[in-house]
Amino acid sequence: MDKILKVNDLSVSFDTYGGEVKAVRGVTFDLDEKETLAIVGESGSGKSVTAQSIMRLIPMPPGKFASGSIEFNGENVIEKSEKQMEGIRGKEISMIFQDPMTSLNPTMTVGKQIAEGLIKHQNMSKKEAHHRGVELLKLVGIPNPEARIKQYPHEFSGGMRQRAMIAIALACNPKVLIADEPTTALDVTIQAQILDLMRDLQDQTGTSIILITHDLGVVANAAHRVAVMYGGKIVETGNVDEIFYNPKHPYTWGLLGSMPKLDSDSDEELQAIPGSPPDLADPPKGCPFAARCPYAMKVCEDHMPEYTELSKTQKTACWLLDERSPKVEPPESALVGGSKVNE
Amino acid sequence: MARYLLKRLGFILVSLFFIVTITFFLMQAAPGGPFASERKLPPVIEQQMNEQYGLNDPLYQQYFDYLVNIVQWDFGPSFKYVGQSVNDIISRSFPYSLILGAEAIFLALSIGILLGVIAALKHNKFGDYFAMVIAVLGISVPSFILASVLQYVFAVKLEMLPVARFESFAHTILPAIALATTPLAFIARLMRSSMLDVLNSDYIKTAKAKGLNERIVTYRHAIRNAILPVVSYLGPLVVAILTGSFVIEKIFAIPGLGNEFVVSVTNRDYTVIMGTTVFFSVLLLVSILIVDLIYGLVDPRIKVAGKGDK
Repeated sequence: MDKILKVNDLSVSFDTYGGEVKAVRGVTFDLDEKETLAIVGESGSGKSVTAQSIMRLIPMPPGKFASGSIEFNGENVIEKSEKQMEGIRGKEISMIFQDPMTSLNPTMTVGKQIAEGLIKHQNMSKKEAHHRGVELLKLVGIPNPEARIKQYPHEFSGGMRQRAMIAIALACNPKVLIADEPTTALDVTIQAQILDLMRDLQDQTGTSIILITHDLGVVANAAHRVAVMYGGKIVETGNVDEIFYNPKHPYTWGLLGSMPKLDSDSDEELQAIPGSPPDLADPPKGCPFAARCPYAMKVCEDHMPEYTELSKTQKTACWLLDERSPKVEPPESALVGGSKVNE
Repeated sequence: MARYLLKRLGFILVSLFFIVTITFFLMQAAPGGPFASERKLPPVIEQQMNEQYGLNDPLYQQYFDYLVNIVQWDFGPSFKYVGQSVNDIISRSFPYSLILGAEAIFLALSIGILLGVIAALKHNKFGDYFAMVIAVLGISVPSFILASVLQYVFAVKLEMLPVARFESFAHTILPAIALATTPLAFIARLMRSSMLDVLNSDYIKTAKAKGLNERIVTYRHAIRNAILPVVSYLGPLVVAILTGSFVIEKIFAIPGLGNEFVVSVTNRDYTVIMGTTVFFSVLLLVSILIVDLIYGLVDPRIKVAGKGDK
């Protein structure tokens, strides 16, 4: 399969009064055609910054690309002019945001908001764009689209708005869809519907999806491959089975362990990873997770581990995988075992 | 919609009733009267004039007579200007105030919004500082000082514009600028902060993510949402311009309504006080209603027809 998107050693930082915050520090990943890649990690791990960098939506200044490249269709997005980016945004790469309540313009009808992209990128007339808008609303499962298209966002429910957002994002058949926590602000039943919808649409249109989330349930449901981010770095990547059934990084163990399980007792406390993420204005020299890692060794604090290739798809950056390290087994809580996650 | 308008008109009438009543009795409670001037009139003549203007009637009688007249939009005769009715005075002087006020509102809105938008787009850069320096100056310098400075610079020194009076369009420029400056500065600050809010909002990011260029994002998505606080300020703005205008009218020797209003108070010209007060109140109440209607047009979330009214 062809790589549609290659992110290579990407670093993004922000100049603030408190100093330079290195939000993303050397992230490398790629995206196949028709693939869904999930980027997981807690708040502040750099997932959203990575995603918005691909669209060049980071305000600069204060943000800046410190290093690396983002290759889309073989061309480096970072070197494109703002004018060229306008031709890519919405047409080649689209984005869905976290909160459907605030990501639609409240003073513009849903129809006009869908039509804008179509008129800009596909040279449609207003009328054609309107018809296509109705089709799109039908496609994303909004009942009575002819009437709905004339309504304003406040007349839509949360789930409907996210559907409308998806319609906007998919209007011009983009090659890549970046979904930045698309289900976080929705309740669980609607979450499932939106994920199903995204999967269906991917089957129909062949769009590649980058799914940003902190919800491993969503990952299990929707992704083919997973990249686990922590402290501005990708600490482990692998396909879904590898991440869930054979995780190697202690942070991934922690994430899996903190997930509620179907067969756990109701009075059992949910596990948390103790401590808080590193201050990226002054990032640690070694592994970013060392301060919170129960298995941390001296070397972890001083040197960032290299990636160890565990299989063709799985790569993990952890000193525990070094042959000189003691053997550590993942804790029981991180074992997903035979039980399927959230399905 | 018709029902809503009817309801609002009802409220306006109720408000007017209270305004008329309170003003009437406050005015009567103040010492002195229209004929108590420095040059003492012979008691017989004063008595006769009081009689003629109905000032000897009991207060409640005067009040009810006035109410009846006012319902017919008849403000009565002026006590000071013999042979002139209050309606005459208003229809003679209001056009001046209207033109001046309209020019000032236009200036304040257009330049204020422009400055605010520029300041927000150039946040923390030169354009921002420049616009905000103007805004702070505009808010801090009283209009009468600015008026004198404008007269001195543009009329006396540069001789570009006339000093005072109201004869042509050129005559209106300086007073309109003086009148507009404070609200202009206020609008600029209001627009800047709401624009900054809007520019940071998610839907602006959505618009950018669609590939729309910066200009379209600003015009089509940002300004319409950012302008809402300015629209709600329009009501008080009309008040500020109308009540603020008498100082400016005085300085520029413009025979406007604001001027008449102030003079009538010092003259104890009862009917003119009442007439101008009622007239201003009607203007304000109607302009507030219009602002509410505009608000509903700009922001679809606010349904003026009020589904919740039932």
